[in-house]
Amino acid sequence: MITIFDFEKPISELESAIAELRQLAAEKGLDRSREIAELEAQRERLLKQIFAHLRPWDKTLLARHPKRPYALDYVRLMCESFLELHGDRLGFDDPAIVGGLAKLGCYRLVVVGQQKGRDLKERQKRNFAMAKPEGYRKAMRLFRLAEKFRLPVLTLVDTPAADPGVESESRGISEAIAQSMLTMFELSVPTVAVIIGEGGSGGAIALAAANRVLMLEHAIYSVIPPEGCAAILYRDPNKAPQAADALRLTSESALELGLIDLIIPEPLGAAHRDPQTTALSVRSAVLQQLDELSRIEPDTLREHRYQRFRQMGVYETV
Amino acid sequence: MQRRGVAQTNSEQWVQCAKCRKILFRPDFERAMRVCLHCGHHHRLCARERILLTVDSNSFQETDADLRSVDPLGFPDYADKLRKGAAASGENEAIVTGTAMLGGYEIGIGVMDFSFMGGSMGSVVGEKVVRCFERGAERRLPVILFCASGGARMQEGLISLMQMAKTTAAVSRLQRAGMPYIAVFTDPTMAGVLASFASLADVILAEPGALVGFAGQRVAAQASVGKPPANFQTAEFQHEHGMIDLIVPRKQIRITLTYLLEMFLPVEAPVR
Ligand SMILES: [Zn+2]
Repeated sequence: MITIFDFEKPISELESAIAELRQLAAEKGLDRSREIAELEAQRERLLKQIFAHLRPWDKTLLARHPKRPYALDYVRLMCESFLELHGDRLGFDDPAIVGGLAKLGCYRLVVVGQQKGRDLKERQKRNFAMAKPEGYRKAMRLFRLAEKFRLPVLTLVDTPAADPGVESESRGISEAIAQSMLTMFELSVPTVAVIIGEGGSGGAIALAAANRVLMLEHAIYSVIPPEGCAAILYRDPNKAPQAADALRLTSESALELGLIDLIIPEPLGAAHRDPQTTALSVRSAVLQQLDELSRIEPDTLREHRYQRFRQMGVYETV
Repeated sequence: MQRRGVAQTNSEQWVQCAKCRKILFRPDFERAMRVCLHCGHHHRLCARERILLTVDSNSFQETDADLRSVDPLGFPDYADKLRKGAAASGENEAIVTGTAMLGGYEIGIGVMDFSFMGGSMGSVVGEKVVRCFERGAERRLPVILFCASGGARMQEGLISLMQMAKTTAAVSRLQRAGMPYIAVFTDPTMAGVLASFASLADVILAEPGALVGFAGQRVAAQASVGKPPANFQTAEFQHEHGMIDLIVPRKQIRITLTYLLEMFLPVEAPVR
């Protein structure tokens, strides 16, 4: 599947010109390397130019890009090893949330993340990474496992939202989200959350009540999807780009507002153009956080986490 | 125009039930705590009415009434919405908090007011809820919260999402202090409020017929196979599915809360 966004069009046009030229050179046996090098330099400049001025809506599209690395891609690319564990022990195993035991540098970790699907079949199986109550209950079970064996927790957040369907409502999706946050607040082991793609409202915060919250450069984090916001604000879901501006859902805004701790830079042209490099950046950022957090006493970790969220909010006293 | 849960007030003497449309004599209606005498429909109460009906007389002392929302993102129309919310509700924010006596027990109490921007949770609501739990933990007060909210306050963007985490963290404070927390879901208790502090109470009560759910009805229906059941996202539906302990008619809420306090607090504790 090829996905080209409007803002990427000039780049893809250049890319096809380069490919054409390469093919021509190969077929005719001509040396066109100077022209190719020139076009490639042009492509690089254009990428820089375009990616320096991305609007929040462009970032929303990038965060949802079908080629963007997903949670298990990061686990595979950044961890030395990983053993996936299954089930909430209450009757279900939600494929929208994956979790297990991983080795990362000198650390043994519990990793939990939302998992999107790559093709139509897997997308449906994973419910587009919209977790049901059992997904969050599986996460909680793994959080408690981490606490018992004193393993730090890494969460990889990537969900449009928690599943809003009748089935999820019947099994207490709201309670599961609330309990997942509460469980994270009670942990005395270091916890790091990375927003890797879509940080979609309650479904995202359920896994992001961590000591440190990092965000990939082109990930988004929002209280409501821009489409939903546009429907309320402008009575027109097509005005999502304006709503994305209003919501300030980019990593830069989240950092400015003091709601995340660090932005992990993505390679030029975003994560999907170079998953390997992106994963290595995530790895080193997470390792650095773990190095800092593992020096802190368990009770202090809990208190720090409390204070981290306690001070969030902007109001005045009259 | 009529909204769900709001009685018509076009006459001094008479009101019309928002559900069965029957006409009620206002003094009777008020004496019945705004519950329809014909069909039992529980009309919404504003925060002050609720406090008056719930706590021991003259015992309520408001706290943190000096907090005001600002517009941290410069969000379209937010400043205007805040002004309108204040005018509609007579309150400065979507929750009134304080301490009070209930059945002789000193409690921390918070009552949300749907008429202020749909009871939505932004920074001020989050902060007041947190202070309520922290006060409970410090002063060893049980906490009772009446929820009435459409969810997180979109106009504060990600800051409002963080209020879900912040209030949840504060629940854990109260839990560690070993003090009881009782939530009462009133119409409506939804989304970001339901998916954070509201669902974490030791005991959850709800008023009959209250709308209680995670996503909007349309979104929920779209995401589901088949039609949602007729009572979908009502307090009764949530009770059937184990998410609510008891559906309690308005006139029995005070006595039920008192009973719960008696059960959870040491016998020698009540200050009379
Ligand atoms: Zn009626």
